[in-house]
Amino acid sequence: MAEIDTGDTAWVIVSTALVMLMTPGLAFFYGGLVRRKNVLSIMMQCFMLLAVISIQWVLFGYSLAFGPDHGGVIGDFSWAGLRGVGAEPNADYAPTIPHQLFMVFQMMFAVLTPALIVGAFAERMKFGAFLLFSVLWATVVYDPMAHWVWGMGGWLRDLGALDFAGGTVVHINAGMAALAAALVIGRRKGYPDTSPPHNLPFVILGAALLWFGWFGFNAGSALGANGLSVSALVATQLGAATAAVAWAVMEWGKGRHATALGTISGAVAGLVAITPAAGFVTPVGAMAIGALSGPGCYFCVVVMKRRLGYDDSLDAFGVHGVGGTLGALLTGLWATTTVNAAGADGLLHGNAGLLLRQLVALAVCAAYSFIVSYGLLKLVDGLVGLRVGEDKESIGLDLTQHSESAYTLIG
Amino acid sequence: MKYIVAIIQPDRLDEVIAALEEEEINLMTVSDVMGRGRQKGVAEVYRSHVEKGGLLHKLKVEVAVSNNNVWQAVDAIARGARTGNIGDGKIFVLDLMECLRIRTGETGVSALA
Repeated sequence: MAEIDTGDTAWVIVSTALVMLMTPGLAFFYGGLVRRKNVLSIMMQCFMLLAVISIQWVLFGYSLAFGPDHGGVIGDFSWAGLRGVGAEPNADYAPTIPHQLFMVFQMMFAVLTPALIVGAFAERMKFGAFLLFSVLWATVVYDPMAHWVWGMGGWLRDLGALDFAGGTVVHINAGMAALAAALVIGRRKGYPDTSPPHNLPFVILGAALLWFGWFGFNAGSALGANGLSVSALVATQLGAATAAVAWAVMEWGKGRHATALGTISGAVAGLVAITPAAGFVTPVGAMAIGALSGPGCYFCVVVMKRRLGYDDSLDAFGVHGVGGTLGALLTGLWATTTVNAAGADGLLHGNAGLLLRQLVALAVCAAYSFIVSYGLLKLVDGLVGLRVGEDKESIGLDLTQHSESAYTLIG
Repeated sequence: MKYIVAIIQPDRLDEVIAALEEEEINLMTVSDVMGRGRQKGVAEVYRSHVEKGGLLHKLKVEVAVSNNNVWQAVDAIARGARTGNIGDGKIFVLDLMECLRIRTGETGVSALA
């Protein structure tokens, strides 16, 4: 019988709470970026996912993702309602902590991932359509992909691609779905001449909460309180720090001012990119990944989005899709077994095979997410209509979808 | 010279600005205000947020024009602001006694545009 370790258990409990805070953090990050008439709709969507996906996860989501394998593709319903998922550790996933703790830690990832997509269709989607899409997406896209990458018997897990904390399942997955959403729902009225972010201090508060929570996301993914979790913690800090500096330098170098929004966008891009690498790279490797992912995301958010004309309103694809992709590839360069014996050596440590496996995992997940998300969005559009009417978009989603307004003038 | 004060629905501002620009009227001041009309704010919960005392959120658009431009400006604001629903707002036209451009000290009509 596997033995519960109290230190490991304590750390993963704390990490679960840290990752939980990322979804409200995202609510502030995205909420500050939209116009004042839509801030509550964004926060409502994030909080509603925190509630709805928690229920979905316990009822059947966890079982589909981590339950007994069928063909490397999907789990089954034998753990539905958490049957058999209790205090006893699961030796396959996390031998030193209660199985139920592993389940709830993973729940927070399942909540955060669909919340990331919100940034692509902000300010124009019907609340009901959003809910329907999100629950379908969690079930048909997130749960299978989590199984491929993390589930026992999952085919990508067996392939040997490295993804420490969810660069593929969380960030590439959400990023590609975001691109599909931006394309299916179309541009906001008036885009690109829409108003600037209505509350930048909210955005910065949100980024701060994300950065804070990310220590749980990455260092918690070691599933223990040990040298590996500390290594991931250090890599996380350095990935964020170097990407933040890199983004600010890019802005400054272009003859413009270094902006607060740019700097924190860089930090988030670095956090995304370091996610798959966190437990496999040295501190210097982490800084290299941060230094490359900042400018990479900068290019996609500032240059490419404008040229191609899609309205990924809050850059869910530009930061999470692109940052996740860069992170997966750069892991294939800088990964080293000196940090984590269970990992693999990357190209810079003399092994080209890993980069190839990273590329396969990345391409398959990106394609699956984009195609199925696109189909789901079309389906929901046909069933209930994705987009609010033009008049409602003008008035704002806070009033038209929730009968509330964030800011009052008197009283 | 006249001073035009228009109370409009918040979501019609873009259309009002566009209509004024068509008449080449670019000078304006816009502020957030609260108010109510004959319905005492009860009829339009859907389009606007009811605050204390049945007051609704509106925008106040203020435009100073020469006597020759008064009706172009009024028509433009009405055209941009009209939806046909209750709560579209009102336009008031006031006599304007004087106007002084602070930077140059110009006064009268030449200080307007």
